[in-house]
Amino acid sequence: MIDLQFDLFQYDFMRVALAAGLASAVLCGIIGIYVILNKIVFISDGIAHAAFGGIGLGYFLGSDPLLFGVGSAILTAAGIGMVSGRAQVSEDTAIGVFMATGMALGIVLLTLSEGYARDLYGYLFGNILAVTMNDVLLISGLTLAIMLLIYLLYKEFLIMSFDPVYGEAIGVPVKSLRLLLLAMVAFSVVVLIKIVGIIMVIALLTIPGAISRQYLKGLPAIMIGSVILGTIFVTVGLLVSYILDVPSGATIILTAAVFFFLSTLYSR
Amino acid sequence: MTSEIVSIENLWLFRGEHAILEDINLKLERADFLGLIGPNGGGKSTLLKLMLGLIKPDRGRIRIFNLRPEEIRGRVGYLPQKTIFDQSFPVKVLEVVLMGRFSRTGLFRRYGSADRDAAFRALAAVGMEDRADREIGALSGGEQQRVFVARSLVSDPELLLLDEPTAGVDSAQQTEFYELLCHLNQHLGIAIVLVSHDITAISKYVGKIACLNQRLYYHGSNELISEDIEKAYGCPVEMIAHGTPHRVLRKHD
Repeated sequence: MIDLQFDLFQYDFMRVALAAGLASAVLCGIIGIYVILNKIVFISDGIAHAAFGGIGLGYFLGSDPLLFGVGSAILTAAGIGMVSGRAQVSEDTAIGVFMATGMALGIVLLTLSEGYARDLYGYLFGNILAVTMNDVLLISGLTLAIMLLIYLLYKEFLIMSFDPVYGEAIGVPVKSLRLLLLAMVAFSVVVLIKIVGIIMVIALLTIPGAISRQYLKGLPAIMIGSVILGTIFVTVGLLVSYILDVPSGATIILTAAVFFFLSTLYSR
Repeated sequence: MTSEIVSIENLWLFRGEHAILEDINLKLERADFLGLIGPNGGGKSTLLKLMLGLIKPDRGRIRIFNLRPEEIRGRVGYLPQKTIFDQSFPVKVLEVVLMGRFSRTGLFRRYGSADRDAAFRALAAVGMEDRADREIGALSGGEQQRVFVARSLVSDPELLLLDEPTAGVDSAQQTEFYELLCHLNQHLGIAIVLVSHDITAISKYVGKIACLNQRLYYHGSNELISEDIEKAYGCPVEMIAHGTPHRVLRKHD
């Protein structure tokens, strides 16, 4: 085991991958809790899928795909936020439409670009080993920014998550907070796409928080617990993927899933 | 004039062509306790939302402490109709009560020791101070309702707006709850507007009673004449009073 670790960290890409994984574990631990408490799991998944449209566009234009991914994720978040205020289209219908449209656009645009096959696979299922040092800095910066926002608006987010009707009545800007939360989810999701891919991103966002909630009390404790769990999933997943030579995104998610099922069985 | 807490004059509210509230006039003073009854869809919750400044009237004037409702949210306590929340939400009773201090604390600021003291006072006022560290989901329905009352009291309001606060609370706890409201009303001088379905139950406790169904039937007292109630509900309503000290219906000759 010691030999293996030594072996692992000889490789630069492995160190970068681990750094990216740990930063994203922190991100997931914090944002994931709010995704669960506000019951916006499906919205978040929709945002992730819709981001694929932007990624495809970025690719097609020969520009930074992740930048365009963030753009389309934010637009989708805003779009869903706006639609949910109106009666004609229900929120989950809107999400369904947005997410399929984004995926379809992404596939068409990527196919029209060159060398799509390998990259398509990477975006759909993640490729942590292709993460660059720049990506790590981006993820870390984003994580810090989100931690600062949550710190400043902790009590407002708590009111919005617990009882939005009351929050609105006492003058808490519930609608703006919700859009802000969706924007933070959009940013996080696009960053996480690099690690585990569009299809599985939602699992990394929700599983650590879901387990942590079964055992811990109080929001700060649950957040810390879920950051620790995320770290474990990413590290174990990476090790397993290295040993078995299988895709890292899938092993991270499978590790998380195994923990989730065992923990749910145990806590019953 | 200074003691006037609520002043609503010729207020109209429309949804499309259809009037939801018609020519509402209402005045409340310090330590008034108004029971607001009426059929479903009669506009009771809507009237509370107008008083909170969440909706603006299409016509007429509404003033709370001689100010527009959205300017004085810190002085009005509000208990929404049956708070629906995730019973496993990881939040302690004290944290729930502190939420009511938002209007006094403001965006980005943390709660201070004054807020915490106020929260403990509010919990003591509803007899729940020993539950401060419990998770909200671990409490019974009646206890949770008390916590939500504490949350509406924690900003030291001079006006309390309660929207069907006893829905889902069993009858023994209801009696206790109404007695708590009377205590707050009489000893702290808080004016209360209580929206309810339960005419006979509230008539025992409230000082004044009004009936709302688009129009407000109100005589500045705790009696309503049966014609008013029939008009409001659109059909004769049989009223049975269980040994109440007050009558809801005035005697007719």
